[in-house]
Amino acid sequence: MTEVPEHLLKRAQAAKDKAAAKAAESAPAPAAEEPAAAEAPAASDSRIPAHLLARSQAAKAKRAGGTAEAAPAAGGTATAVATAPAGGAVVPAGGPPVGGGPGGHTQRLLTVVKAGSIQDVKSKPQDKVHVWPHLLVIEFVAALVCTTFLLIFSWVVNAPLLELANFNQTPNPSKAPWYFLGLQELLTMFHPMVAGVTIPGMGIFILILAPYMDKNPSNKPEDRKFAFSLMTVHLMFWTVLVIIGSFFRGPGFLFTLPWVDGVFFEL
Amino acid sequence: MQGSKGQKMQQKLTEVWDSTQSSQAWNSIFRPGSIFRKGYSDSPRNRSYVIMNSVLYHLHPVKVKRHAVKVSYTLCLGGLSFFLFIVLTVTGIFLMFFYRPTAAQAWDDIYTLQTSVTFGLLVRNMHRWGAHLMVISVFLHMARVFYHGAYKAPREFNWVIGVILLTLTLLLSFTGYLLPWDQLALWAVTVGTNMIGYTPVFGDQVRFVLLGGAEIGTNTLLRWYVLHVLFFPFITVIFMAIHFWRVRKDGGISGPL
Repeated sequence: MTEVPEHLLKRAQAAKDKAAAKAAESAPAPAAEEPAAAEAPAASDSRIPAHLLARSQAAKAKRAGGTAEAAPAAGGTATAVATAPAGGAVVPAGGPPVGGGPGGHTQRLLTVVKAGSIQDVKSKPQDKVHVWPHLLVIEFVAALVCTTFLLIFSWVVNAPLLELANFNQTPNPSKAPWYFLGLQELLTMFHPMVAGVTIPGMGIFILILAPYMDKNPSNKPEDRKFAFSLMTVHLMFWTVLVIIGSFFRGPGFLFTLPWVDGVFFEL
Repeated sequence: MQGSKGQKMQQKLTEVWDSTQSSQAWNSIFRPGSIFRKGYSDSPRNRSYVIMNSVLYHLHPVKVKRHAVKVSYTLCLGGLSFFLFIVLTVTGIFLMFFYRPTAAQAWDDIYTLQTSVTFGLLVRNMHRWGAHLMVISVFLHMARVFYHGAYKAPREFNWVIGVILLTLTLLLSFTGYLLPWDQLALWAVTVGTNMIGYTPVFGDQVRFVLLGGAEIGTNTLLRWYVLHVLFFPFITVIFMAIHFWRVRKDGGISGPL
């Protein structure tokens, strides 16, 4: 399911190509295969700075008896895990490195520790993009579209301003703002305390508790059929109530048909 | 003759632009990596600096998951809600210059604003429609988050903040509803506050505090004005700050499905 990011794939491919090229280069060499293979990755992309390598080579050369012969093979130090460090003297001789180094030291390979067992990488690499420009451009365009829409709409449609507030003249019907019309619709069915306080209060309370009640860890639609239907039913129910309250309620908050008696609705 | 003059002009302009961009003032405003600095080039390092070295770093990380920038996933609803909040703040400040929250003056002020203030009508329209739009976008944002299951761990608490913000949005809209002091405002708020009066035990007290009296009057207008332009925006900004901060702390937006 997790896609390997493009740039990592590219990098891996590049490394592979490089290794292949190196191998092809060093294969025809008559020298023993093992040291050649060990040397391959170390040569050019070693992380050890050149001057340090030179210094260690010089030191080794001194120890080995001051011959210039030892120097070329010392590149092998970068792969210290796999090769005997004294290889400098041995490699030109041909055969695989056997025990004896200069000065008669004997070293053995005890174990190879793989990087994974030391560095415990917990987060998997994710495919990410730069916020600038990818996200910011989208946000900018969205804001622009929104502004344009709002401006044009405001240019064309005027906000209502009815006559001055008058306590002695109750309009019929009196309606709440549209987002409360679902509640006002409930008022026709229940006691005001239930419709105006209990139901909306419970609604908000349950909404807040939703993440703590929903124990299903999946966010895939096919695993969440119950949550989906429950939410959809409630949203539909609410939308229908608001629409009825907005367009199908006339004088006395009685049921009317908007195409018969007209719309009693102000935004 | 004309052509060479034009060229000279252009050269002069380039020079001025160049020296402006290399001035101390310019470089003190736009931090390294800003696209407005001299010689900005499109490199991965500079793309990171655009965010890292700007105030945007409070809102966005340098990089986000690739799926997170898909418009079809978020529909930009959360961002647009925030943007509408900003639009409403700007237009609202404009309206405040022309409005006095008393029963004797409020309606006249709105009327004067519409008829004799330049762009007054347009800005009021934008404020009104923007408010309705924000209620819708916040509501749709909530639905989107629910259907994506984005409220699940570790984002439970941010959902709670979100529900509070939805409530605050409704309250902001509702308190603004009274301010024009016309028949629509008065009676819509009468219906709304009558409902609040049915709160069990201390309903009458709550209603009294909200109205600044037993009935809607000039006290109510002042009270709701302060709630609308200071109190609720203040609270909302705080909750929005927590909301956006938590989005990042919880590992960016949810998904992919």
